[in-house]
Amino acid sequence: MSGEVAVLGAGMHPWGKWGRSFVEYGTVAARAALADAGVDWRDVDSIVGADTVRGGYPGYVAGATFAKALGWQGARVASVYAACASGAQAINTARAQILSGLADVILVVGADAAPKGFFKPAGGERADDPDWLRFRVLGATNPAYFGLYARRRMAVHGDTLEDFALVKVKNAALGALNPNARYRKEVTAEEVAASAVVADPLRLLDICATSDGAAALVLSSMEFARRHGATDPVRVRAVSTVTPTYPRTVLDLPDVATDSAAVVEPSEETYRASIARAAYEEAGVGPEDISVAEVYDLSTSLELQWYEDLGLCGEGEGAKLLREGATSPGGRTPVNTSGGLASFGEAVPAQAIAQVCELTWQLRGTAGARQVEGARVGISANQGLFGHGSSVIAVR
Amino acid sequence: MVAHWFAGEDADFRLLGTRCSACAAVFFPREDTFCRNPGCAGGELVEAPLSRRGRVWSYTDGRYRPPSPYVSDPELPWEPYTLIAVELAAERMVVLGQGVPGLSVADLEVGMEVEVVPGVLNEDDETTWTTWHWRPVGVGA
Ligand SMILES: [Zn+2]
Repeated sequence: MSGEVAVLGAGMHPWGKWGRSFVEYGTVAARAALADAGVDWRDVDSIVGADTVRGGYPGYVAGATFAKALGWQGARVASVYAACASGAQAINTARAQILSGLADVILVVGADAAPKGFFKPAGGERADDPDWLRFRVLGATNPAYFGLYARRRMAVHGDTLEDFALVKVKNAALGALNPNARYRKEVTAEEVAASAVVADPLRLLDICATSDGAAALVLSSMEFARRHGATDPVRVRAVSTVTPTYPRTVLDLPDVATDSAAVVEPSEETYRASIARAAYEEAGVGPEDISVAEVYDLSTSLELQWYEDLGLCGEGEGAKLLREGATSPGGRTPVNTSGGLASFGEAVPAQAIAQVCELTWQLRGTAGARQVEGARVGISANQGLFGHGSSVIAVR
Repeated sequence: MVAHWFAGEDADFRLLGTRCSACAAVFFPREDTFCRNPGCAGGELVEAPLSRRGRVWSYTDGRYRPPSPYVSDPELPWEPYTLIAVELAAERMVVLGQGVPGLSVADLEVGMEVEVVPGVLNEDDETTWTTWHWRPVGVGA
């Protein structure tokens, strides 16, 4: 298929709270991806970074920062900010350069050193920033929105706290098998139930932590891959980066209200579902083709929502799908085999790239104890602030 | 801070949005520059009070002190507040707000009717920052 790019290399810096600079994490991940690809950094045509804020520097940096750390070699550079979708937009930027012939082989890097505790907006009086406003006016943290979604699912679909806890149990068991995960310990439903409530009905173990971490990929044209001796590489077949459509009727971070649907009839499809649909259409595959999925489990209940948005089951059937074991190892479509954000925590610019690293290892058949037998098609999905979302489909 | 997001006293208290005079789309928080309906060429945006009552779409609470810029006294023990997302039927929109002080998640249910009332966000020696709160209908002030 034209329109595909090869994934030649994937690499990570283990996630955790390491107390070091994002530059160090990103450089470790980049070197790992380059080594995995067997590509010399000096032969890389272009570097794309998913942005973070450098402490004390009033701006977002990434691409050139990693290029300097690896040693200036004159590569083309781009830096991308798109909240939680930054990593996927970095992949998409690289893909566009490859498909347009601007570059043959590209290094994509995302890394961050996250703050402790709740994410919060930058300082100052910034009433023109919806993210600042929701904290100032409502004290509405990220977990508060996850709590709203969870309670809504309980009321509408009959999900239970036990269903939510099962997501954590599944993802923690997988994270325990992943050397790059921050949390590598199995968790029981009892432990979830015994953890402190953060935002009713969700508890500490229902919500993902903030972490340091990094992930990197080496992408190339199919022709470069062949010349390089990679005859059957994992390929990226689709990258969805669609925006919502007006009126947006699901209350999303960081908004205080939804759009009004009084005048324009809303689409029947939610924003999250549209992100996945765009990827399916571009890739020419459907939910039934998916062997493995990495979705944004910012909270346990949100993972159930993604099952429905990815079309793995009908609306309201997420908990049933989970209980049947369909999304667990050995099931029809294992989800978050990496351990998910539950096991990694959030390192914002890195996580959409980390999702594709996991898909790459699964599709290569090198995911070790986490391996999904015979994985051929993988999908990742995430949603970030301010109308950024992404989904990547990779195939083998 | 959030100029003209609400106005009025007691039973006249209202959230204030804006309405596009060309397509009638309603916006809250108020949109004063451009109509965001992609199918609208753009009209004048005029202030429009929102419905006083709606039904609970969902709710949660904050068991931990939120970070700045939320204002709270670190000297005082943290008192959880409720957050309620309320569906307004006429506007067909969901508006988030804190529940009135003293309300707990045990008092709430999805679908329950609530109304908007004035509230205090925080105060210091010079200023009282007012806000809106959601209060279950039929519950005293
Ligand atoms: Zn209009």
